[in-house]
Amino acid sequence: MKMRFVDEFRNPELIRKTLDEIERIIEPDDHFRIMEACGGHTYSIFHFGLQELLPKNIEFIHGPGCPVCVLPPGRVDEGLEIASKNSDVIFTAFGDVMRVPGKKGSPLNYKAMGTDVRMIYSPLDALNIAIKNPDKKIILFAIGFETTAPSTAITVLKAKELDIDNFFVYSNHVKIVPVLKSILDQPNMRIDGFIGPGHASVVIGAHPYEIIAKEYKKPVVISGFEPLDLLQSILMLIKQLKNGESKVEIQYKRVVMEGGNVSALEIIDQVFEDRPAFEWRGLGAIQNSALKLKPEFAKWDAEVQFNVEKITIEENKDAQCGEVLKGMLKPNQCKLFGKVCTPDNPVGALMVSSEGACATYYNHLYSTMSL
Amino acid sequence: MCLAIPGKIIELLDDNLAMIDVSGVRRKVNISLIKHENVQVDDWVLIHVGFAMNKISEEQAKEQLQLLAEIGEEQEALAEVKGYQFE
Ligand code: SF4
Repeated sequence: MKMRFVDEFRNPELIRKTLDEIERIIEPDDHFRIMEACGGHTYSIFHFGLQELLPKNIEFIHGPGCPVCVLPPGRVDEGLEIASKNSDVIFTAFGDVMRVPGKKGSPLNYKAMGTDVRMIYSPLDALNIAIKNPDKKIILFAIGFETTAPSTAITVLKAKELDIDNFFVYSNHVKIVPVLKSILDQPNMRIDGFIGPGHASVVIGAHPYEIIAKEYKKPVVISGFEPLDLLQSILMLIKQLKNGESKVEIQYKRVVMEGGNVSALEIIDQVFEDRPAFEWRGLGAIQNSALKLKPEFAKWDAEVQFNVEKITIEENKDAQCGEVLKGMLKPNQCKLFGKVCTPDNPVGALMVSSEGACATYYNHLYSTMSL
Repeated sequence: MCLAIPGKIIELLDDNLAMIDVSGVRRKVNISLIKHENVQVDDWVLIHVGFAMNKISEEQAKEQLQLLAEIGEEQEALAEVKGYQFE
């Protein structure tokens, strides 16, 4: 096992103090299950070996915070089908989406088969492709939690301003709080507190999590991504739990404001509305958990402008992505993990993105085993 | 795609754009989401998918860059910034 030494970190003294304080507060009979809701946190926890530094009675549950991981299988195919059936359509998506396995293959496989698939780094790049290719129709496969939604919204407003009529958004934007609520509503779910996502919270701030603290009585601490950030957040959570409290606190104060980014929230509101229900991988349909374009932006809504064929995919019956997303199984407990399903040959989306729980487990398990 | 990248504003441009510098890579990003923060040249911002999400301190920017380096995502972050092709 690769041992992490505290001295390797920046601020080793503060790290040591924080760890000591956690050790001091926690008692042998405690067993806290803490869900980190963001894929970036999952990645940091593994990368820095934080589980090994912490007392055994603190357990991390890896939450649904990677936007490609939570897409139901079929969603990417639906977008790709439009492009593969119409030779004048260009399918654009972020790099994370490119390798998500679908019914007939990933976007990269479609590209190899002749569909015009292009990787973009910003929604604005998709709009630029539209401007440069007036005889083509550009579909932006939009994805992401509240961090990304305002950027898509601005791009739509820009398309309106410039009167671009060959740019279409296929929206898969999702919302963090409804999915956390839905996880808490699952039978036999035991989560004691949440490490709230750092960057989605830049947009939404702390208030939307109040419902989790007040109604579900679970503390939420919005955290940064450094080892010290995460350890401080765990300390804040444990203090609340030991005091029987459940509040929303911000550890990542240098980046996250209590009220979020007001302009970003206004722009989301201007362009998007809640979908009555949206299907999540492994979690089923969750009410008001995703965003679609408002009717006044129908001209740029791929779901309105194209005949989107609903594609449902029979998943490999041994794939346990749903259980992993709900925190009921650790990734390596999935029957396919590491044998059938690997980052090079992903069966489920959790193995695709570097922020997916299965890919993170796989990469770290193998890097530590080889030492 | 979820980690934000810190950059320094080196020029304010028309159309809600600004030229930013991330470890020597210069590209245009959109600043409409932080307009209310009265952005100036030399401010540091966190960038996500081509948009500045908020202002941060220089110290915080350096920390974030170091974090990206520590987790081996620095090259990917720079590739992302190079990818922005706004006119
Ligand atoms: S190992 Fe593969 S199939 Fe199993 S849960 Fe992870 S992504 Fe899904």
